[in-house]
Amino acid sequence: MTRVALTPEAADVLRRLRADHGDLMFHQSGGCCDGSAPMCYRFGEFRTGSSDVHLGDLEVDSFKVPIWMSLAQFELWSHTHLTIDVVPGRGSGFSLEAPLGVRFLVRSRLLSAMEL
Amino acid sequence: MAQYAAPGQPDSVVTYRDRYDHFIGGEYVPPAQGGYFANPTPVTGEDFTEIARGTAEDVDRALDAAHGASRAWGRTSVAERANVLNRIADRMEANLEKLAVAETWDNGKAVRETLAADLPLAIDHFRYFAGAIRAQEGGISQIDEDLVAYHFHEPLGVVGQIIPWNFPILMAVWKLAPALAAGNAVVLKPAEQTPASIHVLMELIADLLPPGVVNVVNGFGVEAGKPLASSRRISKIAFTGETTTGRLIMQYASENIIPVTLELGGKSPNVFFADVAAQRDAFYDKALEGFTMFALNQGEVCTCPSRALIQDDIYDQFLGDAVERTKAVRQGNPLDTETMIGAQASNDQLEKILSYIDIGKQEGAKVLTGGGRADLGGELSGGYYVTPTVFEGDNKMRIFQEEIFGPVVAVTRFADYDDAMKTANDTLYGLGAGVWSRDGGVAYRAGRDIQAGRVWVNNYHAYPAHAAFGGYKQSGIGRENHRMMLDHYQQTKNLLVSYSQNAQGFF
Repeated sequence: MTRVALTPEAADVLRRLRADHGDLMFHQSGGCCDGSAPMCYRFGEFRTGSSDVHLGDLEVDSFKVPIWMSLAQFELWSHTHLTIDVVPGRGSGFSLEAPLGVRFLVRSRLLSAMEL
Repeated sequence: MAQYAAPGQPDSVVTYRDRYDHFIGGEYVPPAQGGYFANPTPVTGEDFTEIARGTAEDVDRALDAAHGASRAWGRTSVAERANVLNRIADRMEANLEKLAVAETWDNGKAVRETLAADLPLAIDHFRYFAGAIRAQEGGISQIDEDLVAYHFHEPLGVVGQIIPWNFPILMAVWKLAPALAAGNAVVLKPAEQTPASIHVLMELIADLLPPGVVNVVNGFGVEAGKPLASSRRISKIAFTGETTTGRLIMQYASENIIPVTLELGGKSPNVFFADVAAQRDAFYDKALEGFTMFALNQGEVCTCPSRALIQDDIYDQFLGDAVERTKAVRQGNPLDTETMIGAQASNDQLEKILSYIDIGKQEGAKVLTGGGRADLGGELSGGYYVTPTVFEGDNKMRIFQEEIFGPVVAVTRFADYDDAMKTANDTLYGLGAGVWSRDGGVAYRAGRDIQAGRVWVNNYHAYPAHAAFGGYKQSGIGRENHRMMLDHYQQTKNLLVSYSQNAQGFF
């Protein structure tokens, strides 16, 4: 099953970021301010570990962008499917897209019984 | 009713400049790469100024200035530093309306709050730490007849501070006041959503501070925040924000072996025991207000009481009254002093809140009031407004487990004390909580049993400088406010002095 997907608009932003920064990754945040927003980094910038879950890879053209989330958060989110979208804005945190005047955003839906 | 003129209008109490550079070494310095970004007001969505787009070169320049100033500043007498802090407070107080309107315009929050809370609290914060540093004492421990341990407080040197956008001035002051009192120089990066109001403050107080003691570098997190947080030239980094960036900042700090303080948010339970409704009196009214506190600052507070837990016996009655109270929250132009809830701070924040309202509905939570974007008409149509929203559902739902950072409360019920504590603590976070009961014993026990750094008992959203604030669990590390905050910005120097003439006896 796939837990993650991408809108065409978000894919366009990833293409541009990849051209500028190389391989990419996401880590889904939680908490205050920009919490609950997906953070996009250069691949390896954010060190994942045994407390993280790899939710899947977003495929854009020939490259893949892995998405991670903390295990504790995943236990609360595991019944939902996540689509990475993008909206005008600038967020905060160190996510790469902010200088472009856009912010990645997660849109969620419930996983169906068949998907679970 | 009074409505402040919008900044830029001839009769406004504050005028923003068309452009702000970095504040480095006591003066305004253009960004090294020459970039600027437009800053909109959430009130209308229109741009009102442009802000320097800082990069690593600007951060380095600010660090040069801070290092140039830190030694002398750290050696000033505590009386001198306290005087500076008190003068800053006085200057702010004399310009309270100006700062309050500036803050409302940058952030979108109701001017009623900036006038009555943000600015008075910020002013008091400087005064509190002016007093605290003068009252602070080191220690003397007599180890034995001839050996004495002296403990001195010393400043860390140069510290980095990354400020959130929900209380741009107040959160900056929470970090600045103790750091300056303790004798540190600061490089501060405001949030890119609210980068402007701090400059109204800096222009007001620049002459009170030695050049380089406070430096403000604006810009985006990845371009300016990261070079600051990962710099080898800071002795500490303080951050308020969310968990992923918090982890990244810890990661950078681990590379340089420097301390961090992190305030990363919460999902605060607000627990109403049945005896709250024993009478329909002033206390009952206070408890209803306590429920409605989720809408304070548009819900953009790390301690937003975003989960309301109501005991079965009073559930329907209390919730019904609470929804009515919520409906009475006046939404409108943030510059109107009667407005209780203003605009969300940014478009992306608005979109995120709406995405949560969407998943809440999908998960089967029931909307009791609100549930969408508000169009306030006219020029406010372009602003970012959300109607205060009450959801009824189950603690396992995502709207009960994630910080939405909007005026959205998720309500559920509990049977008894143990059930209340189980639900209250069933969260990744532990920043704030509220407990409401007429029974002091119940309130005390609940306050102790809830795993959170700040539990309000029979009140909510009070932030006196003399009360420690910070998180348990994933809500962060360290505290803000209170005299203990000085320790977060100080080294301990121990001089271990022997007054004996005799050899120690080893060799």
